[in-house]
Amino acid sequence: MNRRSFLTTTAATAVVAAAGLPARAADPLKVGFIYVGPVGDMGWSYQHDQGRQAIEKEYGDKVVTSFIESVPEGPDAERALTQLALEGNTLIFATSFGYMDAVMNVAAKFPNVKFEHATGYKRSDNVATYDAKFFEGRAIQGTIAGRMTKTNKIGYIGSFPIPEVVQGINASFLHAKKVNPDVEIKVVWAYTWFDPAKEADAAAALIAEGCDFVLQHTDSTAPQAKAQEAGNVYTFGQASDMSAFAPKPRVGSTIDHWDPYYIARVGKMLDGTWASEATWGGIGTGMVGIGEISSEVPEEVKAEALALKDKIASGEYHPFTGPLNKQDGSVWLAEGATPDDGELAGMSFYVEGITAELPK
Amino acid sequence: MTLGGIDIIVLIATLMTASTPVLLAATGELIAEKAGVLNLGVEGMMIMGAVGGFAAATATGSPVLGFLFGAVAGAVLAMVFAILTQVFLSNQTATGLALTLFGLGLSALIGKGYEGVRPPPTAKLDFGPLGDIPVLGPIFFSHDWVVYASLVLVALTWAFLKFTRAGLVLRAVGESHDAAHALGYRVIAVRIAALAFGGACAGFGGAYLSLVRVPQWTEGMTAGAGWIALAIVVFASWRPERVLIGAYLFGGITALQLQLQAAGYAIPVHLLSMAPYVITIVVLVLLSALHRHGAQAAPADLGRSFHASS
Repeated sequence: MNRRSFLTTTAATAVVAAAGLPARAADPLKVGFIYVGPVGDMGWSYQHDQGRQAIEKEYGDKVVTSFIESVPEGPDAERALTQLALEGNTLIFATSFGYMDAVMNVAAKFPNVKFEHATGYKRSDNVATYDAKFFEGRAIQGTIAGRMTKTNKIGYIGSFPIPEVVQGINASFLHAKKVNPDVEIKVVWAYTWFDPAKEADAAAALIAEGCDFVLQHTDSTAPQAKAQEAGNVYTFGQASDMSAFAPKPRVGSTIDHWDPYYIARVGKMLDGTWASEATWGGIGTGMVGIGEISSEVPEEVKAEALALKDKIASGEYHPFTGPLNKQDGSVWLAEGATPDDGELAGMSFYVEGITAELPK
Repeated sequence: MTLGGIDIIVLIATLMTASTPVLLAATGELIAEKAGVLNLGVEGMMIMGAVGGFAAATATGSPVLGFLFGAVAGAVLAMVFAILTQVFLSNQTATGLALTLFGLGLSALIGKGYEGVRPPPTAKLDFGPLGDIPVLGPIFFSHDWVVYASLVLVALTWAFLKFTRAGLVLRAVGESHDAAHALGYRVIAVRIAALAFGGACAGFGGAYLSLVRVPQWTEGMTAGAGWIALAIVVFASWRPERVLIGAYLFGGITALQLQLQAAGYAIPVHLLSMAPYVITIVVLVLLSALHRHGAQAAPADLGRSFHASS
């Protein structure tokens, strides 16, 4: 069989399979997931898998879910997505930023399959996007870190220099600076979402630089373990609560609650009202949760952090509120102004006061 | 003591820990190659040691037992290689590559249940007042026992090859298995023993990765350390003391690139990340250029199968 005829046959089979589904209405809805790390990472992918299990619990035998874990971003993602589509999944969640182009390509080939891409910005008739305002959690972490740091140095392990991560660095820094003008932030880019050895080394380098807070935007608990070993270094749970490291080094956490979103979207598939849309939830909608602030944090700092959380949740306060300048000193937001979601989603600059250079 | 924003003492202390897995694996491979066997399965044996050591340590609660079991796991995999290449005379290069692929896959399967689990901690040794000596204290007296064990191992390997009769026999087997056989030495037995030692060292190094350096188990966590160990053996022109230099140099550059980032140097991250590998290649090229007749320092019978009838 030559390549072209293979592709045609494959596509034809897929169309037949997808078209055949509504006729057999009694069949359960098949929902597929791809994860960037193992479900046992205790962070990002673990949390998505909790959402998948919540779907099964909610809808019982009306749905069948499956997942493929540790799918690298890039061509492999396309292969994994195609496989899920060919297996008859009609709703597929792709849970990492780097799957974006793979999702668009595969979605074009399978017009009857609905795709949902986490943290991306490209959409089409059968591709929806969803994301959480992780930077709202970072604002709270920055406040705690700014109040508690003794060395005035906060470390940040970045994964990739993409808007989602840049928002987090800016929000952490701004809120630490607000309560502690002497604070500085040091960023190490790991260029991976999940590589415990590298994350551990990055944490060790930041601790060696004198950082007594290490914030991570990567998915494993390795930086937590390094901080614990170092002694007087604090961390925050990332994506998942990581409560195994509480009360020290983990003094708080940002938790991704995907469950309600996943249940709602599957519900819409079941009653036929699914449509492509962009969802960006935050603390207010419950998509971003703030884990328990541990006993290591002084009472007044804890109260301040919780007050900030309430103000963000009610919409009274936006973590990026002017006056704010960009790193080069040019004006970004005027007094009292806040950015719209579209502008935030494309954030590709540091705010004023961060000395490091943002890699291109 | 800082130099250009980099704390040299911290750098040295970090590189000693970061280099230990590669140092252990390279020392083991050195002995195997000195006996004339090229085992390209170092990566596979390391990762089996990493998962085996992790499993044993979490099951028993004792990191020491974990290290022991990691070494055993590495040695068991090396025995598979030994049976195939020494008894059935299979091609060493192909078998070694297969061993790496096999080890990576099997470890991923065994490790499924250990993801996200925390191993029992390995404490740093307490040298009392020695640890408070400026400069020397943090560099030499602030590590866990495995770091010192790896240094002792290098010294013992050096002494074994240089001074002992058994070391001489091992080298003879590697240089000319026919001559060694004619003298009545049991070539196959020596090679199997050397392979077992090599596997145990690689497994020990792998266990260090999952029990101390990260400390966590993840699929594919050796991330090429086994290949670096193989390169370091060539880099060291098959001498234990140079293996130590090579491993520390490599670990040093790896640690330095992250510290440079943390210190805020605006050097492109990708350049820094590839620096250790580029330097390894440059040194290998330089070495082979210096030895004009190819790798003179290599054991003459390296990679050649032995059969008494031939």
